[in-house]
Amino acid sequence: MPTMNVIQAVNDALRLEMRRDPSVVVLGEDVGKFGGVFRATQGLQDEFGADRVIDTPLAESGIIGTAVGMALYGMRPVPEIQFADFIFPAFDQIVSEVAKYRYRSGGQYACPMVIRTPYGGGIRGGHYHSQSPEAHFIHTAGLKVVVPSNPYDAKGLLISAIQDPDPVLFFEPKRVYRAAKGEVPEGAYTVPLGQAKVTREGSQVTVLAWGAMWHEADQAVREAAAAGIDCELLDLRSLQPLDVDAIAASVNKTGRAVIVHEAPRTCGFGAELSALIQERCFLRLEAPIARVTGFDTPFPYTLENEYLPRAPRILKALREVVAF
Amino acid sequence: MRKVHDLTTAKRKGWNGEPRPEPLDPSRWEREFPIHRVLQEDGSAGPTVEPIPDAEILRLYRFMVLGRQLDERMVKLQRQGRIGFYIGSIGEEATVFGTAAAMEERDWIFPCYREHGAALLRGMPLPTFLAHLLGNAGDPMQGHQMPCHEAWKPGRYTSISSPIATEVPQAVGAAWAARIRGDDMVALTYFGEGATSANDFHTGLNFAGVRKAPVVLVCRNNGWAISVPLERQTASPTIAQKAIAYGIHGERVDGNDLLAVHDAARRARARAAAGEGPTLLECVTYRMEGHSTSDDPRAYRPAELVEPWRRKDPIQRLEKHLFRRGLLAEESRARLAEEVKAEIGRALAEAEAFDAKPPLETLFENVYAEPLRQQREQLEELRAALAADPRVARARG
Repeated sequence: MPTMNVIQAVNDALRLEMRRDPSVVVLGEDVGKFGGVFRATQGLQDEFGADRVIDTPLAESGIIGTAVGMALYGMRPVPEIQFADFIFPAFDQIVSEVAKYRYRSGGQYACPMVIRTPYGGGIRGGHYHSQSPEAHFIHTAGLKVVVPSNPYDAKGLLISAIQDPDPVLFFEPKRVYRAAKGEVPEGAYTVPLGQAKVTREGSQVTVLAWGAMWHEADQAVREAAAAGIDCELLDLRSLQPLDVDAIAASVNKTGRAVIVHEAPRTCGFGAELSALIQERCFLRLEAPIARVTGFDTPFPYTLENEYLPRAPRILKALREVVAF
Repeated sequence: MRKVHDLTTAKRKGWNGEPRPEPLDPSRWEREFPIHRVLQEDGSAGPTVEPIPDAEILRLYRFMVLGRQLDERMVKLQRQGRIGFYIGSIGEEATVFGTAAAMEERDWIFPCYREHGAALLRGMPLPTFLAHLLGNAGDPMQGHQMPCHEAWKPGRYTSISSPIATEVPQAVGAAWAARIRGDDMVALTYFGEGATSANDFHTGLNFAGVRKAPVVLVCRNNGWAISVPLERQTASPTIAQKAIAYGIHGERVDGNDLLAVHDAARRARARAAAGEGPTLLECVTYRMEGHSTSDDPRAYRPAELVEPWRRKDPIQRLEKHLFRRGLLAEESRARLAEEVKAEIGRALAEAEAFDAKPPLETLFENVYAEPLRQQREQLEELRAALAADPRVARARG
C-alpha cells in the first residue's frame, strides 16, 4: 500500500472522483497550472483540462457564487478557498445561498458542492493564515462540516463528501499537510460522514479532538498513559453530522471529558460538545467537562505556541480532570 | 504662519502642478449609451432587429395586464392581513416580460425579487404562486420562505433570496457550466440599480467577462432602492457604462417599451449564444409604488417625481400601439381585463382552499437531502411540546 501525506491523499481523491464523474469540476485561485499554493490540485489541469480545473479571478464570493450556479445546473463543483481565513468574503454565498438553497426552494433545487480549505495554526501565519472557523459553519443548518486528521481519512472523507447530496465544508489541517503520513489504499474508498473514530481505548477520561489537534491530543494521551492516566481518544472527523452516539458511549464509560480545539473558546464547537455531553451523560460525569482551546483573541503571530492547545496544556487538563 | 494652498492655482494646474485634464462630461456617457426605444409617442413602432409576432405581443400584453392586476390585488390582500408581505413591479412590466420572453425555453432565469411575472411566464400556475404567498400547504416552498420568494424548477426559474446581487455570480456559474457541457443555454439574471453597489454585482460581472459566460445581466433601473435614489447609489450617469470596466457589452433600453426591451434582450441572447460574451442590459424604468408593502414612498419621495412616469406607463404605451395596429380595441381591452380579474379570483379561491399550514414535519424537511439526527430529534421534541400545550403553535400564548 502506498504511503501518502494529506496533500497527496486529497489530490488522489480529487483525481479519482474527476475520473469517475465528468460533472466534478475544481475551481479556485491558483488551482490550475500552478496546482494550488499547497499543491493539492497539482497535475489535475494536465489530466482534465482548463474547463474542469479552473483558475478563477481573486474573489471568494465569486468562486462560491459561480459554484452555486454550476451545482444548480448539475455539475459537482469542488471550490477551493486558498486559506480558511479568506472564506469570509464568501460567507454570504455560503450561509445565505449554499446552506439554504434546498430548504428555501422546498427541495426543488439543491447545490451540493465540497468547499475545500486549509485551516489552522502553527505555521507562523498570523491571524490571516491560521484560523479555525469551523464553528461558524456548523452553526448554519444546511451545511456539513468535515475535518480529517490523516491521509487515509482525508481521501476517504473527501470522496464521501464529493458524492454527498449536501454541501460540505472540508477543512484540511494544513499544519500536518505534509507531516502526517500514512498508508493509503490505491483506488477509491469512502469513509462515511458522521462517524467518529476511537483511535485509543481507555477507561478514565475521554478526549475529543479533530484535525491537527488530534495529533496534539494523541501525544498528550501517550504522555498521560506514562503518568498512569488511561485515556480514550476520539477523532471526531465529521463535526456535522456528528457521531453523538460514539461520544456519549465513551463518556458514559469514562465519566470524564476533555475537549480540544484550536479555535477560540467562546462559542467554539467545544461549547456545543460540552452541552451535548451533559445532556446525555449527566449522571455519569465524575468531573466538570474541560475545554483546552485557543484563547479569545485574534490568532497571534509571535506567541502562537502559547496560543495553541499543545500537548502539555492538554496533559495538564487531563491531570486536573482525573484528580477532581 | 501656516502656508495656505492657493486653491485657484490648484484648480488650474491640479495638485501636483500638472495641467489638469478636461473634466469628464457626464452627458458623454448618455451619448455613448443612448436609450434604445421602439414605441413612439403616437403608438407607432420603429425598426427592431427581430420583430415579435403579433400573437406573441398579444400574449405578453395579457401577461402584463395580469402582472399589474395581480400586484394591485395582492397589496389589497396584504392590507387585509390575508398575506404577510408583497413586493410588486407596477410600472416595470415591460422590463420583466420583455426580457424573460426574449429567452428560449431551455434558458435559465436567476431572479431578484421583483420578477414574479417571469415565473408565471415560465409556467408556474397562478394558484401555486398564490399558495406560496399564503405560505400554506399548497406552497411548493413548504412555507419555508416569506412571500414573493418563489422558485419554479419546471420553468428553470431558480430560487429567490433577499440578499442583494447574490444571484449574479450564480447565473454566471450556470451559464459557464452550460458552456463547459456544450449546451446552448443562456442564463438570464435580474437585479436592481441598488444592487450595482454590491460586492456580488462586481464579482459576477468580472467573472462573466473573464470567462465570456453566456449570460444576460438585466439591471432593472427603477430609480429607487427603497428610499435611496439612483444618484445616491452610484456616481455613474448610466448603469450600462459599468460594463466597460469588465470588458463586456453594455446597453441601455427604455424599460417601459416592451418592443425595445424584447429586441435588446433578443440581441443580448444571440451574442451570448454565439460565444460573444455577456451583456449588461440596463432597462430604464421607474418604481411607481413603494419598495414593498412594508414602506410608504410618500415618506421619502415627492409625488411630482412620479407624475411624469405615469405618462410613460408601459401597458398604456403598448395598448396605444396595439390600438393603432388594430390588434386591440376598447371592447377587447375591457374584456381581457375582466377575464384576467376573474382568473385571479378563481386562482385565489383555489389557493385558499389548501390547509393554512403545511404539515409539521415540513419544518425539518429539505434542510439536508435527508434529515440528520438533530432534525429528527427536534421534530419529536416539537411534537411533544405541542401535545403538552397547543399554544406552542400560536403567535401569542
